Amino acid sequence: MTNRDILVIDDEEVITRAVTRICTAENMSVDTAPSGAVGLKLLESHAYRLIICDIMMTDVDGFQFLAEAARRGIATPVVMATGYSTVENAVRSLSCGAVDFIPKPFTADELLAVVRRGIRCGKLQRLAATPAGEQPETLAYVPCPSKYYRLGYISWVCVEHEGTALAGVTDLFLKTIDGVRALVLSQVDDEVIQGESCASVVSVDATEHAVMCPLSGRIVEVNPAPAGDPTVVEKDPYFEGWLYRILPSELEPDLKQLTPCSSDRL
Amino acid sequence: MVGRKIGFKLTVAVGMTALVTISVFAYINSRSYSKSLLAEVERHANQLSETVRSSTEYDMLLNQRERIHETITRMGSQKSIERIRVMNKTGTIIYSSDAAEIGRMVDKTGESCYMCHSADRPLERLEMPERTRVFRLKPGAPRTLGIINPIYNAPSCWTAACHAHPQSQVVLGVLDVTMPLAAVDKDIRAARIEIMVFAISAIFALSLIIGVFVKRWVDVPVEELLRATQRIGDGDFNFRIPENRDDELGLLAKTFNNMTQRLSEARLQLFQSDKMASLGRLAAGVAHEINNPLTGVLTYSSFLLKRTKDQPELQEDLKVIVRETIRSREIVKSLLDFARQSVPKKAEADINEVIARAAVVVENQLTLNHVKLLHTPDPALPRVVVDANQMQQVFINLFVNAADAIGPKGGTIQVSTSLLSLSPVGITQIKKALCPKRHNLVDSEVRIDGKPSIRIKARSNGNEGFIYLNSVYGAGGHHHGIVLDAAKEIQLSCPECSASLLCAGITCPDCGSAVYTFEVPPRGMVEGCTRKGCDWQRWEAVDTSGQKEYVEARVRDDGCGIPEDQIAKIFEPFYSTKGQKGNGLGLAVIWGIIDNHNGTISVESEVGTGTTFIIRIPVRA
Repeated sequence: MTNRDILVIDDEEVITRAVTRICTAENMSVDTAPSGAVGLKLLESHAYRLIICDIMMTDVDGFQFLAEAARRGIATPVVMATGYSTVENAVRSLSCGAVDFIPKPFTADELLAVVRRGIRCGKLQRLAATPAGEQPETLAYVPCPSKYYRLGYISWVCVEHEGTALAGVTDLFLKTIDGVRALVLSQVDDEVIQGESCASVVSVDATEHAVMCPLSGRIVEVNPAPAGDPTVVEKDPYFEGWLYRILPSELEPDLKQLTPCSSDRL
Repeated sequence: MVGRKIGFKLTVAVGMTALVTISVFAYINSRSYSKSLLAEVERHANQLSETVRSSTEYDMLLNQRERIHETITRMGSQKSIERIRVMNKTGTIIYSSDAAEIGRMVDKTGESCYMCHSADRPLERLEMPERTRVFRLKPGAPRTLGIINPIYNAPSCWTAACHAHPQSQVVLGVLDVTMPLAAVDKDIRAARIEIMVFAISAIFALSLIIGVFVKRWVDVPVEELLRATQRIGDGDFNFRIPENRDDELGLLAKTFNNMTQRLSEARLQLFQSDKMASLGRLAAGVAHEINNPLTGVLTYSSFLLKRTKDQPELQEDLKVIVRETIRSREIVKSLLDFARQSVPKKAEADINEVIARAAVVVENQLTLNHVKLLHTPDPALPRVVVDANQMQQVFINLFVNAADAIGPKGGTIQVSTSLLSLSPVGITQIKKALCPKRHNLVDSEVRIDGKPSIRIKARSNGNEGFIYLNSVYGAGGHHHGIVLDAAKEIQLSCPECSASLLCAGITCPDCGSAVYTFEVPPRGMVEGCTRKGCDWQRWEAVDTSGQKEYVEARVRDDGCGIPEDQIAKIFEPFYSTKGQKGNGLGLAVIWGIIDNHNGTISVESEVGTGTTFIIRIPVRA
């Protein structure tokens, strides 16, 4: 097994070249594959820290690749990329196990932000998966409570008795960025859509990281706490650090797209 | 062709009626005229006969035969009298104005004797009408009227000294006066010709007058209607019938024009829908293909921008490349939005609020352009399930368009909302039809009225084929690719998996034929008759829903208006009248959004007066 940093799977050469160019400039090693099948073959002999995979490919499409990788037990985090960047594709990618989604076309900075988050996410997941006893003193990240649902590893939602739902950012997402410097939030009465950006977390290095909303509906309340102290989100992302109280418009179909957090604790 | 014209038929019918009534009238009239003329002659003859009898009576008593003979001859020589004669009871002519026949016996079966002598025993009394007769002396000769006057026995007769008739004798003889009817007949003929001329001219005049009016009131407008239907049948939906009449046909023309207008609107909407769908697919494909090369440009340029921070002259140029590529990205994204790949995320919303929010967004821009926005909301408007963001986008786009149409001189945009009730039968389109094994039966290859059809495989009597149902529920117009024999067993199935679509245990309530069934999620089962020509369908969810409510929003501006030839194009992507200012996607995106909400958008515009956009959204989807 050769250790490499990134595997880019895309049937467009210009994309694989561009990604290679940008990432090697940041001292990352990059392999490319023109198809899902070649990508899977490379995975047999190489270990990667991150895979960037196109959705629309001729032989094996991105979702099939995700399923096959999961079947083979490959734990490498996958970032989905597509020129067919719709909300459905974004949500479906995340619910199929991708850690992130990047719509084409993207700038070098957008790509690097996603790549860094993805690599860090993989590292944290590996750390969390290390057998007990060998783990470091502090937890790698706090998984979301079992009654919650999550959209990929990015945001969570907790359905309340009143029919409203609380939404926030997962600890894993926050841990993949270099510390929260500020939050850019939507306002009360704004409509939010599952899979579309509903907030941005500005990290210490001044990069903006968009947060995909876990469900559709209308914001009825915005948590005032992070406005005064953004770090509250980092300190207690699942309770005190919630972002929005949302009145869902289509709760049932939206929940089907989400992963129950209880499944993480098996 | 003329024979088949309604005007011609009407005229002929009126002419025939006139012919029959006037003929009957003329016949009765001429008959009664000749009857009364004859009666007059009869009365005259009778009077004459009485005169002859009474003037000769005294001479008879005195047996002055010469005098009697003279009287009769003189009287009989008058022009209006043909002959006067007296017969005794044996039938011998004893006096006559025609001296040649005196002494001759008359035949008792002859026309003058027939009345009394037809029975074995001769009659002794005769009533007045029975004493007269009309006859011809020989065939071809003019008619003649004869009157007989029996000379009865009287006491003076048997007491007279001369030759004394026996007292037992009742009738002593007969006075027979005949008069020529040639003059009368001539009169009658002349009167008949007169009546006939009148009748014929009346019939002609009547037919002519009726014909003229039928032509003006029926033929011309019907022909106009006919020509209009033909023109519209040929696809010219802009043809209008002149509405210059105030009768039923004028009303019909008005209704017809109205219907054509609606039809042309519906056709436009349908046409648009179809075109939009294919353009949508095209746009999605183009967006996908363009995004890959754009990624190449954007990644490399932004990468260069990062690496050349120390070269300000390069930085400026690279910034332009990055900025413009990002702009391209936004255009492609709106293309994708238009391609409706982003399904709306719907929630209950108040359209009035949506409009108010959109108004706030464009407020500054409108004020700068001196445009006033007047919002007259219907306060009783129910909430509708819509994607509030998308709907807001719709109104923002409409307001911005309106402001552009108004131009720098300023003007007014009026927005109003209202609630409408329309029946869903004949409007609701079935967009998904499932067989029991969840295969979609909707077929986009075969289209009915431009919309995809619902395909069912049918087998009957050894034949196999497809039935294509109109996807608009209740609209009829299904296509049958197979003739089903109602007497034989019919099998209906899904074209993909052969699962049966025959509705067991139910037959069509209208004609008793077999019934198909499929599911329209989530609104239950649709059933319908399989017989060609029978349009019976049942869809409980729609049938029982009553009138469907729509929220209507009208956005009216007093801007420059849209020329008629451009109206059909304004919803097309990349069609723009704003030159460099717009990307030509605004109205196309609006159209896509409204269609996604199962709503409709239409436009009314007049150049120089302004434009009104009308949006209708169903209250319950």
